[in-house]
Amino acid sequence: MQHIPLWAQLINLLAAVLLLLAFAMLAQRRVLTLINLFAAQGFALASSTAIVAFATHQPHLYWSVGLTLVLKVMLLPWLLHRLILKLDVRWDVEGLINIPTTMLLGIVLVVFAFNLALPISQLANTVTRATLGIAMASVMLAFLMMITRRKAIPQVIGFLAMENGLFFAATSATYGMPMVVELGIALDVLVAMLILGVFFFQIREQFDSLDLQHLEKLKE
Amino acid sequence: MIEILAVLGVPVAGAALLALVGGRARAAEINVGVCLITFAGAVALTVRVIGEGPLLIASKLFFVDSFNVFLIALTAFVGLTTSIFSRPYMRIEQELGHLTPGRLRLYHSMFQLFNFTMLLALSTNNMGLLWVAMEAATLTTVLLISLYRTPASLEAAWKYFILCGVGIAQALFGTILLYFAAEKLLGAGGNALLWTELNSVKGALEPTVLSLAFVFLLVGYGTKVGLVPLHNWLPDAHAEGPTPVSAVLSGLLLNVALYAVVRCKVLVEGSVQTSFARTLMMGFGLLSVVVASLLLLRQKDIKRLFAYSSIEHMGIITFAFGMGGPIASFAGLLHMTVHSLTKSAIFFAVGHATQKAGTQLMDGIRGLVTISPLIGWGLAVGALAILGMPPFGVFASEFLILTTAIHEQPWATPLLLGALGISFAAIFSRVQPMVFGETTVKRLPHRPAMIPVFVHLGIVLMLGLWIPPFLADWYRQAARLIG
Repeated sequence: MQHIPLWAQLINLLAAVLLLLAFAMLAQRRVLTLINLFAAQGFALASSTAIVAFATHQPHLYWSVGLTLVLKVMLLPWLLHRLILKLDVRWDVEGLINIPTTMLLGIVLVVFAFNLALPISQLANTVTRATLGIAMASVMLAFLMMITRRKAIPQVIGFLAMENGLFFAATSATYGMPMVVELGIALDVLVAMLILGVFFFQIREQFDSLDLQHLEKLKE
Repeated sequence: MIEILAVLGVPVAGAALLALVGGRARAAEINVGVCLITFAGAVALTVRVIGEGPLLIASKLFFVDSFNVFLIALTAFVGLTTSIFSRPYMRIEQELGHLTPGRLRLYHSMFQLFNFTMLLALSTNNMGLLWVAMEAATLTTVLLISLYRTPASLEAAWKYFILCGVGIAQALFGTILLYFAAEKLLGAGGNALLWTELNSVKGALEPTVLSLAFVFLLVGYGTKVGLVPLHNWLPDAHAEGPTPVSAVLSGLLLNVALYAVVRCKVLVEGSVQTSFARTLMMGFGLLSVVVASLLLLRQKDIKRLFAYSSIEHMGIITFAFGMGGPIASFAGLLHMTVHSLTKSAIFFAVGHATQKAGTQLMDGIRGLVTISPLIGWGLAVGALAILGMPPFGVFASEFLILTTAIHEQPWATPLLLGALGISFAAIFSRVQPMVFGETTVKRLPHRPAMIPVFVHLGIVLMLGLWIPPFLADWYRQAARLIG
């Protein structure tokens, strides 16, 4: 059997954790837990990026580790926590989703993502290429979460989780994007979050709830 | 260097300034002034490109060639005319009680920021920065669309954010794949995402990766172009936002997104060597034309009507670029220019018409010419121009596209002709009673700014009769590049 170095095993482990967390988010009904899961996913992402940076001697990746830690593990979850506290939706539960069906759909998506990633990961010469399929799978799971949710905050967490998956894809296929692009993406995500924060209050003010079923008036 | 600094720096400075004083009485004039300086910068840049040819500026971060220089000038120009139009329009809105000074401040500041993101997307050479600028454009427009804070506008803005956010995430994945393919040839680091570098090695890029990347990029940026079936956000966003925003959305943002698609198409074509990218673009384009023309028939709201017309025209342009070849690409570029000018002119007229009638429903708008001939004729002439009546520029570009289609894609011609016929019937039958007949509209408290409408339509008329040689040169060069 081929010998796999410890750090590569660790990266694979963290990739698996990332996918597991993506599934956990898909199945989670409670907003509060969802935010914590999102933070945990960010942490797994940062750790795996740090290991890649250490093992392949890519110092610029440490910057993106720092960025992920600050933005996705601390700042965004903190903002979300504050938001649900202020909006008083801490204990909100999403009732309308059918968890088993969504999970089954999620499995189908994972198989699809792995097949899609196969030709690309064969071309990659990074040590992390095996995780590209996982990255694509977590993007698709986040997408599925956005589609199935009816409330505003879970949809946004789905959006942010999708960004996580894309970030992971960038690290596993190419050791990260150029710094200027990464900074730009981070800035966009942060601004998006701030805008949405304001937006939630406006939606609540107009509709007395964050339930997006009220937002289905415009047709054709 | 100084020109690009003016084009990009002035809107940012203007946004910062208007964030402070945007709610004051003279804010609209400041807004016009900032747009004027930006436009002057764009003109200086254009003059320099005419003199010196393509420019690579700031260690290759910005790239201005024949393909984007006219789009930069067009964006700065329509930005300027829209700011002139928005001065009386927003004043009336404020007096009608639709807006508070705080909202007006937000509007002015975001308008400038939106201009900046579009100009950045057009002028950057870095495909990653292009993505960042497109996402930033989404964010600024979300705030502009929800400006009135009515339930419908909040819904439209939310829909816009979610759909375009997901779309643009696909484009990011496409960009990652592009970088992945390029990094092997160009090495890691910033250079591997520079379009000029990518373009010089496009023949050696891995075709499988690029095909997959193009699918993601087309779906991603195509969402912002409003291609069917990704168009759902577009009519809502146009109908619920303030009219100056509808004008820049239709006139500029869709063009910028399409520009991004075409830049990607050039790279993919060079690598894949099959008609894969062309077929995909033709398919999306044709579907958009047909579906949009059918949906045009059912519209009751005037802004939605012209929003669907924008989807149709974006479909025509995408189809033209998909067909490729010197004539079709030339026509596509011309159509981008004339559509942008005509559609924004129509929205200027529509904006004042809805203010006069107090409704956006077409049944409530009647007999515009009796009270205000300028608005009535502006709308009538604009509608005729967008429907492809000779001698306007839209006729010239549509004629070129159709004749090329007859030669190269004969199967598509009846579909295109049918769709154009349907949209003619749909729009003409609606616009005619709005302009003529018994009047229901009332006078406006401020004189509307109708000069932009006629300046735009005048340019469109000129482009139908005579294209300035330097512009024709750019179109030809860009068409050669697009293939």
